[in-house]
Amino acid sequence: MAAIPVAKYMTEGEVGLSLALLVGAFVCALASTYAVDAPFSFHMGLFALAGVAGIAAILKRYEARAYEPPPQEIDGKPNYNLGPVKFAVVAAMIWGIAGFTVGCIIAFQLWAPSLNFGLEYTTFGRLRPLHTSAVIFAFGGNVLIGTSLYVVQRTCRARLAGDLAPWFVVLGYNLFIVVAGTGYLLGVTQSKEYAEPEWYADLWLTIVWVAYLLVFLATLWKRKEPHIFVANWFYLAFIVTIAMLHIVNNLAMPVTFLGSKSYPMFAGVQDALIQWWYGHNAVGFFLTAGFLAIMYYFVPKRAERPIYSYRLSIIHFWALIFMYIWAGPHHLHYTALPDWAQTLGMTFSIMLWMPSWGGMINGLMTLSGAWDKLRTDPVLRFMVVSLAFYGMATFEGPMMAIKAVNSLSHYTDWTIGHVHSGALGWVAYISFGALYCLVPWLWNRREVYSLRLVEWHFWISTLGIVLYISSMWVAGIMQGLMWRAYNALGFLEYSFVETVEAMQPYYLVRALGGVLFLTGGLIMAYNLAMTIAGRTAADDAPLPANEGRPGTPVLAAAE
Amino acid sequence: MADTPHPGPSPTGPQTTGHEWDGIVEFNNPLPRWWLYTLYATIVWSVGYWIAYPAWPLVSGYTGGLLGYSQREVVLDEVEAVRRARDARGQAQLATASIAEIRADPALLRLALATGKAAFGDNCAACHGSSATGRLGYPNLQDDDWLWGGTPEEIERTIRYGARSGHGEARVGDMPAFGRDGVLKRDEIEAAATYVLSLSGKPGVAGASVEKGREVFAGNCAGCHGETAAGNPEMGAPNLTDAIWLYGSAPEQVVATITNGRKGMMPAWDGRLDQATIKSLAVYVHDLGGGR
Repeated sequence: MAAIPVAKYMTEGEVGLSLALLVGAFVCALASTYAVDAPFSFHMGLFALAGVAGIAAILKRYEARAYEPPPQEIDGKPNYNLGPVKFAVVAAMIWGIAGFTVGCIIAFQLWAPSLNFGLEYTTFGRLRPLHTSAVIFAFGGNVLIGTSLYVVQRTCRARLAGDLAPWFVVLGYNLFIVVAGTGYLLGVTQSKEYAEPEWYADLWLTIVWVAYLLVFLATLWKRKEPHIFVANWFYLAFIVTIAMLHIVNNLAMPVTFLGSKSYPMFAGVQDALIQWWYGHNAVGFFLTAGFLAIMYYFVPKRAERPIYSYRLSIIHFWALIFMYIWAGPHHLHYTALPDWAQTLGMTFSIMLWMPSWGGMINGLMTLSGAWDKLRTDPVLRFMVVSLAFYGMATFEGPMMAIKAVNSLSHYTDWTIGHVHSGALGWVAYISFGALYCLVPWLWNRREVYSLRLVEWHFWISTLGIVLYISSMWVAGIMQGLMWRAYNALGFLEYSFVETVEAMQPYYLVRALGGVLFLTGGLIMAYNLAMTIAGRTAADDAPLPANEGRPGTPVLAAAE
Repeated sequence: MADTPHPGPSPTGPQTTGHEWDGIVEFNNPLPRWWLYTLYATIVWSVGYWIAYPAWPLVSGYTGGLLGYSQREVVLDEVEAVRRARDARGQAQLATASIAEIRADPALLRLALATGKAAFGDNCAACHGSSATGRLGYPNLQDDDWLWGGTPEEIERTIRYGARSGHGEARVGDMPAFGRDGVLKRDEIEAAATYVLSLSGKPGVAGASVEKGREVFAGNCAGCHGETAAGNPEMGAPNLTDAIWLYGSAPEQVVATITNGRKGMMPAWDGRLDQATIKSLAVYVHDLGGGR
């Protein structure tokens, strides 16, 4: 008897998303045609093309796929959806290199302004948001999305919720990055730090982010584990809070729906307070909570040790998310912001010190009994040093939030140094550690291509960070002291331009530190690319304790 | 998954929570004491700070704090204190005294130099450099070469009204574009350039005749720059014999100057800076070393 042929149907999701993309592409094509400014026309054209490409991808996938959608489980083991994770990991690596490179360029521009080549597209004002967005949102964002979609599956023992939705999140997020980045180069900005993209890019990100939240929540919902793993609390706090921050800070009225320019809903000191409520919590929930989630999965996984304290993780989680949300006003000390708001910003920043350190303690103490691995495992070393930088930056932050300290540090390059000790030392290092773990796991390799190259990456980039933050400490404190120096007659001792002149050598040291960090990043990109290609380095030192390594976790999953 | 706590690595070690996710288990160690007590300490300190300082918003207004602190009042007090201190040192006199009177009174002079130095850094240094040595197109104020006169009064006038600033009293000199306007031919310009460069012993355009340049100069340039090329501060015509070249002394730079003319611009500071500051700047610039 012949098998009854089963008809192949498009799922509701495939049809629905295709139709939505079709309508969206049509609207964007119209907007592109009737746009009142060239960048808006370009971006709408880009959206329209992306919509068409999305439909083509859905159809191609439909052609290639089996009659039934991918199963949730195979032989009783979860059938993890790793495609979107792989995409985010590769995107993170590429955007990371791009972001570090632009950072180096603007660092050299501060040393020698003529390096802007006299072009509007390459001025500091346009490249600076390109750098910050590329490293925070493009590199950091892809690391967060990639690792969260991986961790939530494995710690819930459930395939990602949604069929197309995870792909929509990953691809849609990267489309937002492209629109934001090209917008900066073309001069499209709403001039809010870390929230520069204009209204249409913000709307798109809102759609993508809500989809991300739904995918994450729905995966948690169908989990096979009775309890939700600590990393997922942090990921969820990050996703929910960023949604709230993004929407409120970007409330704006477009001048026309056919142009890029918009005006924010808030004005004056209210706008400043909303902006820094957003800005500081972007640090708190994007760069802290999100990366603590990475720490809570990858450190115990790599060290093969239990997490130090469940109790500490609960207390510091709730303390962290309760207190962080108040800390923003410390960016506005000694401004028109009312005294009471400054007080709350300062005091909550100080109370935030221990909740922040809770994550560091839990990470570092997880290594107790496994400290010897630091000697032999450079990947673990990345993660441990990242926790040390995290601890340092989260001590320095509350200290700089004290009004008396802030009166010296604010507006100086000390702030830049502080941000980078957190961004390079904590965020990037924990990301590097996670990527070095994740790439071999995702592509079913025993280990990265070369641990020796990881060693090189570690030491070169550590030297880069040291040059960066020490030069900015010295330069920033000098700058602050020069600004407030008075002579005997009560006049300022130095004019502003003299303080700029005094900064120049430190700017060069900082730029060289950045080049070292970028060099490390390039070594990593090569190492990971070779890992993905399945190559093994001939000269790599044999691994100590091969058996114990988290090699192919697919098998370890359903124990 | 067992519901009883997992044993730790040793039977006497810490217990785990009994859960396991993807191979990860958790100890349930107590909170580190120092951590907890430091957290409490920061909370207690913050509550104390809230009691002392403005802190919590209310329906209308906010808790003012026991210390009665107001940042706005602190700033107003500080500004007032500085103003009083400056008045005590004679700051008000700077506005009314003449430049000669300022220079005759050592205390007032000291104050004017300090005022001028601070104002120079914020307003003049962008073009003239923070050490006032100028650069190509922007005069060096440390030397004794002055386009519009180097007495304190002349310097004050230049600062007050600027040069080609659009102000009715501004300094306006006019170096014609001899080449672009077709007054002189290329070889004549090169000869003139070579002649004026020779006055300070500098090499001119290769092959150009100094003698011919002298004739061109007498016929076209001497009217403003003088027979001896020593310049004329009345017209802002620079001295061409002193080896100081605002727009460069390379032969091609001098040729470009004669061909296209030069129209440097300095803004008028009248109305942007107060009287005391303008006078102080004049005294300060004069005192830099080159004043006459």
